[in-house]
Amino acid sequence: MTTRRRALEGIRVCDFTGQLAGAGATKWLAAFGADVIRIEDPVNQGAWDILRMMPPFADERRGPDFGGGFNNHNTEKRGITLNLRTPRGKELLAALVERSDVVTENFAAGVLDRWGFGYEALRRIKPNIVYVSNCGFGHVGPYAAFKTWGPIVQALSGLTFTSGLPGMEPAGWGYSYMDHTGGYYMAIAVLLALIHRQRTGEGQWVDMACCDAGLTLNGPAILDYTVNRRPMRRDGQPNGNRSDWPRMAPHGIYRAAGDDEWIAIACRSDADWSACAAAIDQDWARQARWSTLSGRLADQDEIDAKLNEWCSARGKFDLQRRLQAAGIPAAAVQKPEERIDRDPATAELDLWPTVRHSKIGDIRVDGLPVRFSETPWSIRRGGPCVGEHTEEVLTELLGLSGEDVARLRAEGVV
Amino acid sequence: MSALAGIRVVELAHERMAFAGKLLGDMGADVVLVEPPGGCPMRRCEPFVDDVPDPERSLTWWHYHTSKRGAVLDWRHPDGRAALRALLARADILLEAEDPGVLAENGCDDTALTGALPRLVHVSMTPFGPTGERRHELATDLTLLAGGGPVWSCGYDDHDLPPIRGGGGQGYAIGCHYAVLSALTALLHRELGGRGQRVDVSMHAAANVTTEMGSYCWLVHRGTVQRQTGRHANEMMSMPSQMRCTDGRYVNTGLPPRTPQEFGRLLAWLRALGLEEELPEAVFLQMGAERHGRIDLSKIGSDDEVTAIFGAGREALTFIASRVTAQEFFLGAQKVGLPVGVIYSPEEAFEDPHFVARGMQVEVAQPQLGRTVRYPGPPYAFEKTRWTISRPAPTLGQHTEEVLAEAGIDVAPLRASGVLGRS
Repeated sequence: MTTRRRALEGIRVCDFTGQLAGAGATKWLAAFGADVIRIEDPVNQGAWDILRMMPPFADERRGPDFGGGFNNHNTEKRGITLNLRTPRGKELLAALVERSDVVTENFAAGVLDRWGFGYEALRRIKPNIVYVSNCGFGHVGPYAAFKTWGPIVQALSGLTFTSGLPGMEPAGWGYSYMDHTGGYYMAIAVLLALIHRQRTGEGQWVDMACCDAGLTLNGPAILDYTVNRRPMRRDGQPNGNRSDWPRMAPHGIYRAAGDDEWIAIACRSDADWSACAAAIDQDWARQARWSTLSGRLADQDEIDAKLNEWCSARGKFDLQRRLQAAGIPAAAVQKPEERIDRDPATAELDLWPTVRHSKIGDIRVDGLPVRFSETPWSIRRGGPCVGEHTEEVLTELLGLSGEDVARLRAEGVV
Repeated sequence: MSALAGIRVVELAHERMAFAGKLLGDMGADVVLVEPPGGCPMRRCEPFVDDVPDPERSLTWWHYHTSKRGAVLDWRHPDGRAALRALLARADILLEAEDPGVLAENGCDDTALTGALPRLVHVSMTPFGPTGERRHELATDLTLLAGGGPVWSCGYDDHDLPPIRGGGGQGYAIGCHYAVLSALTALLHRELGGRGQRVDVSMHAAANVTTEMGSYCWLVHRGTVQRQTGRHANEMMSMPSQMRCTDGRYVNTGLPPRTPQEFGRLLAWLRALGLEEELPEAVFLQMGAERHGRIDLSKIGSDDEVTAIFGAGREALTFIASRVTAQEFFLGAQKVGLPVGVIYSPEEAFEDPHFVARGMQVEVAQPQLGRTVRYPGPPYAFEKTRWTISRPAPTLGQHTEEVLAEAGIDVAPLRASGVLGRS
């Protein structure tokens, strides 16, 4: 065995992804040492990835190199510009594909094809290329031409619906959960295809659709429908913070002392409730009819009201400590500041590494929630500025000279 | 051929890890699910077929354990431990989600269980990681999502209502996605010439980095997002984005039009529905359609015409949504070129013709019922190494003898010592 220090060193990704659903995937690969090269349009300064100029910003500076979300999702990648409207731009891309293992993109269906770099064309350039496309509805099917972004994927796939209180409009997900998750599936697809290629020599195309991935995340609800013919759209559903599967009571998010402070409590069993009642230490909690799950389920509204009252006089972290000490799963609903700056469990993992961005400077980003014993991840470099590595990549990988690159720049190719 | 054909996975049955094993099994890995005598507690999870509680009728079990073989083996017993070690000696990946210290307390520390197996990838997933002061805190899906960040961003405009946890066990799913990413990354490293290794996944940390703006608004400029009904939690309130349609279902009205073409098509749709006369702002749609180039959103509020045009686009969408069914709105607006969505329940999504055409309904023969059952299909469409449910979830101990025999383990003494459960 050789001494490989980075799990994915030697893997090169020709990366057209943007936003979180695509960029999140290649962020994982880059953190483990893959050479991820973002390819962007010099004409619109990479504006296709709207996060380049979207808030939050670290200071008063604005423009395509200052978007906080972009920096967060594009750490450890290199960035070049190529004008694919020009023949020379196309040639350079072809040369880059030839030297790559993977091509990733999350454009609307058909965009890469229109530039002349659809899967068949990629395969002619590099027969064993791994090509992973990721778009909301996929490249095939009646809605292939429709447009999506995170919240639309969540709406279509059932995830928005299953977040809410009975009888009210959906609360949904207050962020693009399926952009994160679509990125996870896209990275999984890249790794699976690379493992297959390593063992057989064969490349392939993976047509990822965020909506498909989202649909699979409500599996038991779908089986309840196909087997028991019980739809989720019925009275009393979705039931907010309660738990039907597995059945638990009490189970919810209760008001704690302070402004918009909350505590989540899950009593998994009769023993949990008995310990919870002992911790509460008030007569109402000790009622015999609540010693069984069926008794507690029958009176859920009443128990929830009492628990709310009891919790609201206490601090959320005090409640968390007291209930955990009694052996009951309980967690304060943490605000960003609390979980990022004051939580020993995220500090311990170095979950918020500081990266150096060429223009923004030193800034913290999301790290990875894993610890590898042999090949740890590393996130130190911030997201690339527009065209930051054009010269470096074209000279190092494609053998161009500095003068060649200067000429290409003058011709508007890069 | 499957992407993971020939890759052997041993999964110690635990509700927290179940989905990770399914994701590998459905891509062709040979996953052996090891349960204790008496079965994994997850077999008692609702919903049950016909609501009859039975360890072989849990639909949660059925869903999360497809494409796995099942063996009963008490690894807390010395004989069972030796057998598990023998299974691991020929495995590529170990998936386990025991609480910190549990394996070691039962004679299965890393030396005993995985020592001298340099090719093995050991993925251990725990609520808070194996070390650190919070490692022994108890957790469920609800508490992980509450403590880890997602819940803070989800709920209603009305903050007298509690934040809401999204359904479907997403706290566990997030952890399992990272477990699979880790297993495959470590496996690829090994295939490229490296050795196996141990990976620890923290579910709490996984939730923390699955919150989008919730985290990075704080990291970038110490901003705190606030939850809003059905749309992104943000530092400042944004306009509502959900509408109730005539059939009682809701839609997400998405992003309003910005280009002249989009304004033109939206106006044409309004006319086709016969609703132009009822919307006084329609005149601004006409102005939007006649402009040159994209509407500059940064001028909203400062330029009266831009403000009126942009507002009219939003008004028109909201108005149309109130006059048609959710499905009509979705299809109509998408044909205009606008990204809007109908808010489906899981079964409505499952029956939608687009998903059906993409193969999202998969028939699986279910021996307990003597018929096939429709399962959700692939999260990704591989051209060559197809995703497939190769078998339904195992019944208790279904493959014990077969799996042990393949590893050259003598079954009779194990059976006698009780580590294989009742025969």
